[in-house]
Amino acid sequence: MADFISSYCHIAQNRVLLNGNEVFSSPDEDALNFLKSTYQWLKPGHPKFFKMDGLSKLAFIAAELLLKEEGLISEKEKDIAVVLSNKASSLDTDRKHQESINDAENYYPSPAVFVHTLPNICIGEISIRHKLYSENVFFVSDGFQAAMISNYSEALLKLGKTQRVLAGWVDWDSDSFEAFLYLTNNQGAIAHEAEIVSNLYQRK
Amino acid sequence: MGFDTKSLIDGIEAGKHGLSLLKDARLVEGQTYCSKINHEEVEKRFSAFDDPKQFTRLERLLILAIRSVLEQSGIRPDTRTGLIISTTKGNIDVLDPANGFQADRAYLPALGKVIQSYFDFKEDAVIISNACVSGILALSVAKRFINIEKYDQVIVCAGDLLSDFILSGFNSFQALSNEPCRPYCKNRKGINIGELAAAVLVTKHKEGLAEEALRALGTGSANDANHISGPSRTGEGLFRSITSAMKESGLDASGIHYISAHGTATDFNDNMEAIAFHRSGLGQCPLNSLKGYVGHTLGASGLMEAIVGMHSLNRNMLFSSLGFQESGVSEEIAVIKETRSAELRTFLKTASGFGGVNTAAIFEKVKH
Repeated sequence: MADFISSYCHIAQNRVLLNGNEVFSSPDEDALNFLKSTYQWLKPGHPKFFKMDGLSKLAFIAAELLLKEEGLISEKEKDIAVVLSNKASSLDTDRKHQESINDAENYYPSPAVFVHTLPNICIGEISIRHKLYSENVFFVSDGFQAAMISNYSEALLKLGKTQRVLAGWVDWDSDSFEAFLYLTNNQGAIAHEAEIVSNLYQRK
Repeated sequence: MGFDTKSLIDGIEAGKHGLSLLKDARLVEGQTYCSKINHEEVEKRFSAFDDPKQFTRLERLLILAIRSVLEQSGIRPDTRTGLIISTTKGNIDVLDPANGFQADRAYLPALGKVIQSYFDFKEDAVIISNACVSGILALSVAKRFINIEKYDQVIVCAGDLLSDFILSGFNSFQALSNEPCRPYCKNRKGINIGELAAAVLVTKHKEGLAEEALRALGTGSANDANHISGPSRTGEGLFRSITSAMKESGLDASGIHYISAHGTATDFNDNMEAIAFHRSGLGQCPLNSLKGYVGHTLGASGLMEAIVGMHSLNRNMLFSSLGFQESGVSEEIAVIKETRSAELRTFLKTASGFGGVNTAAIFEKVKH
């Protein structure tokens, strides 16, 4: 039996959309301040947020939004796999680390920056927050690949590796950001199919 | 260690390693050991069939590796053939202002496009960047795509470079060893970094397989949900990964003949692994880390170590865990001290990394 999409969200251009409806916006801020405002609106009470890089903050907020919507914020372990993707990997932070080593006279590499030079760190942050001891993978592609992401998620579900999947796109680059995440469930109104995922992604 | 699998395996069997001294005043103790590829030799080999100047260092390595697999297998990419690339940092060296390539080449999809077009793969490359489990996770993803009939066969390649970027980063964590690394040993002092590229064919077809071919029985991944840069003290994610791979394989601990473990030679990682293997009932199973031969090759390590495992099974040889002297982990594990013969049918490959990631995969010999 195929699975369903139980909720989805978009975060881009300083707007937050939940299941296609705008739930928050803060138009005149830069990207990091916008995420901070979103954090203050969501009130997750997770001060580690302020130590994260932009990519992790974006992924954290998007995941928080969906799990809160579905009443899944708790200390209990949840069987939800995480399948994320983007274009820029961790390049925004990679550039910061590179800047810190370019000049021999001014050499200051930092472990707090270096640890964020991997895109899957944001999956680690989501897993810590929501107690997900689950399957996870980070794919990198030029644009959002609805077929690949939904096919791989279905493979995890069919192989019995997970009950539900949190999947989508979280891209953070020097001059832009965009998140589109969805959560699957074994019941619901929206079928988990590549074409439908692609349509939902474009409804922003 | 060489430019083909045979050189690598023969070298490992003979107890040779590819690590060399690197002195650099910026490093914590002024020096480390690493394994480096001879890039002049790469350029020479590449020039025999194409102009190397169009390609970055990593692209040349990946093209050489894939070319070799296509030649040996005789396959040509068609609409049922996928391409998976595993890398943590890709063309990260182009961010260095001294590098001749445009900084945009650091986008991983740009690397994917180069490899895809070079061999005329019909679909975009599937790129996996999941820290140090990427290489073995790439094999797991290939198996799953074949299971759901997305592809009939997949070329899986993996590569990462030794770079100032990586060395300065691990050095900032004070994680580099100033001597050849010693996984699981009480005298271990940290990591050696290496560079490497590897490629394999994963296929549903039973015909025309290599003598050392393996069947992928089961794979599993799990997050520690604990810390982004420190391993779980209970080995939770690795334990769950192994449990998931065993369940899919239909094997229990007694069915595993050998463990090709991760073993980076950092204090916390190796201890975490010992705890996870102990919890999985694998404390008596012969185990090695290959980091003492080629260092930690990041996104390439899991795939290369799976390839060495293929040959280990084919040769019925357990290779020594180079650098190990005396156990320095809190649970008993059976580290292989000397290379020896043993009848082997199955093995477990594991890896763990930043972001709390862990992956396990169980393989079985095809030939009888």
